[in-house]
Amino acid sequence: MSFDPYLARRDFPILERTNRGQPLVYLDTAASAQKPRAVIDAISDVYERHYANIHRGVYELSEEATRIHDGARETVRAFLGAADVREIVFTRNATESINLVAATFGRANVGPGDEIVISGLEHHANIVPWQMLCQEKEARLRVVPVTDAGEVDLEAFEKLLGDRTRLVAISHVSNALGTIVPIREVTAAAHERGIPVLLDGAQAVPRFAVDVGELGCDFYVFSGHKLYGPSGMGVLYGRAELLEAMPPYQTGGDMIESVSFEKTTFQPPPQRFEAGTPDIAGAAGLAAAIDYLNGLGLDAIEQHELELTRYGTELLQQIPELRMIGTAADKTGVLSFVVEGVHPHDLGTILDTQGVAIRAGHHCAQPLMERFDVPATARASLGLYNVREDLDKLAAAIRHAIELFR
Amino acid sequence: MSELRELYQTTILDHNKKPRNFRVPEAANREADGYNPLCGDKVRVLVQVDDAGLVEDIGFQGSGCAISTASASMMTEAVKGKPVSDALALFESFHDLVTGPPLEEPLLEGVGKLAVFSGVREFPMRVKCATLAWHTLKSALDQRSETAKTE
Repeated sequence: MSFDPYLARRDFPILERTNRGQPLVYLDTAASAQKPRAVIDAISDVYERHYANIHRGVYELSEEATRIHDGARETVRAFLGAADVREIVFTRNATESINLVAATFGRANVGPGDEIVISGLEHHANIVPWQMLCQEKEARLRVVPVTDAGEVDLEAFEKLLGDRTRLVAISHVSNALGTIVPIREVTAAAHERGIPVLLDGAQAVPRFAVDVGELGCDFYVFSGHKLYGPSGMGVLYGRAELLEAMPPYQTGGDMIESVSFEKTTFQPPPQRFEAGTPDIAGAAGLAAAIDYLNGLGLDAIEQHELELTRYGTELLQQIPELRMIGTAADKTGVLSFVVEGVHPHDLGTILDTQGVAIRAGHHCAQPLMERFDVPATARASLGLYNVREDLDKLAAAIRHAIELFR
Repeated sequence: MSELRELYQTTILDHNKKPRNFRVPEAANREADGYNPLCGDKVRVLVQVDDAGLVEDIGFQGSGCAISTASASMMTEAVKGKPVSDALALFESFHDLVTGPPLEEPLLEGVGKLAVFSGVREFPMRVKCATLAWHTLKSALDQRSETAKTE
């Protein structure tokens, strides 16, 4: 099946609008992806035809809503290649998924003198929860250094693993640089020493097919909104035996087995980790996003974005004042750069007036910015709906900014 | 495009390239640090206030975007030699200039050259860039020790 991005663009109603009077060139998909009609319709459809609370009602509507919600869990299971639907926990986003693991698995398994290993590439969401846990438990956070190209130093990584390492938490794809981390090598090295691995897949799942069994990870997290699905909907995959041993996260309705004022017993996973009424329409929207991507073919999307990443890199490198940050051999979807004489924020504003939406800032990765000795970068990130013309406009707008500031 | 020219006026671009009073005044007796956590812009404002309550000398250090650099630079020129109370009042007017509806006389005359920042109001995300140095000046003049934030 061939993938035609020009055809796919028609599935995204927002791409028809303008940005400051210019045709919209959306290059901020790494921050959040735009939504195809199928996702918007799936959400409306729940509210218009099938809405009631789930797991409680004895009437038809509630049964329909329950079927939609639970069906979404099966869609996510198949999408990640997980063995069992009980391994899929719904959360608000990747950030909450990581916090959940830190607060439950982390609190139960990390003690004084223990260590948690992360990498220098991480988003604040995969730094701060572990930092807080380490402070609470008097444990130590170890950070794998990043090379000049923006790759994780695997040799240094292996040396950091030791008897006290209780968890490795690492990005699958860097949000700030687009580096693809060689996960199989990470999980192999960790598992050799019996250390579980959590992968932050927020930037990976929208870009290529992910199979948690093949990767050999123990936890995998992602956000629905970066996967062309709704915001407020996230996923935690956890290996069944790990989830079963974990205490609850938030407590309340829908996660209990029985409650008395003396004692409460809890549901098995995944319900144990899903207190309160969930985002029912959000689950439907997420499932619709996955169906949509499967329909286009993730392998085709991957090829398209790799080709665009190469095209964009070549185009930007022709601008003498521009320096790429993050030049990993294996990278996708993200073009991070600085321009001599033009601060990223000014660049962001100038591009905005030309209709080009990019991110300028530290990308919630301040330690990584420090590593490259820049306060901020400009970041253009790609989605399945981007085409070469978008990158042509980006390059032209950057040249315009350089001219203006000369 | 006109919006863009309105924002990045020649005066602003000039002050960004050649910031005035980008130095540490030798006799500074007040100083404060400013930080914009959203973009990482940092500025340090150093002031020499004399016994009569006049801003005798002022300088700044730090790094940031064109709007924040030019704003710091033009601020130092605008308040130098003025009483502290006038400097603080000018901050109020400047704040109105970049956030509120277009200023009218006599307020517009009051901000003088700073009127070149009026284009900022079309870009709400950039207001903090324009006001960072001013918040920091206020902290220095108020003798507050903590870092000034734009939040």
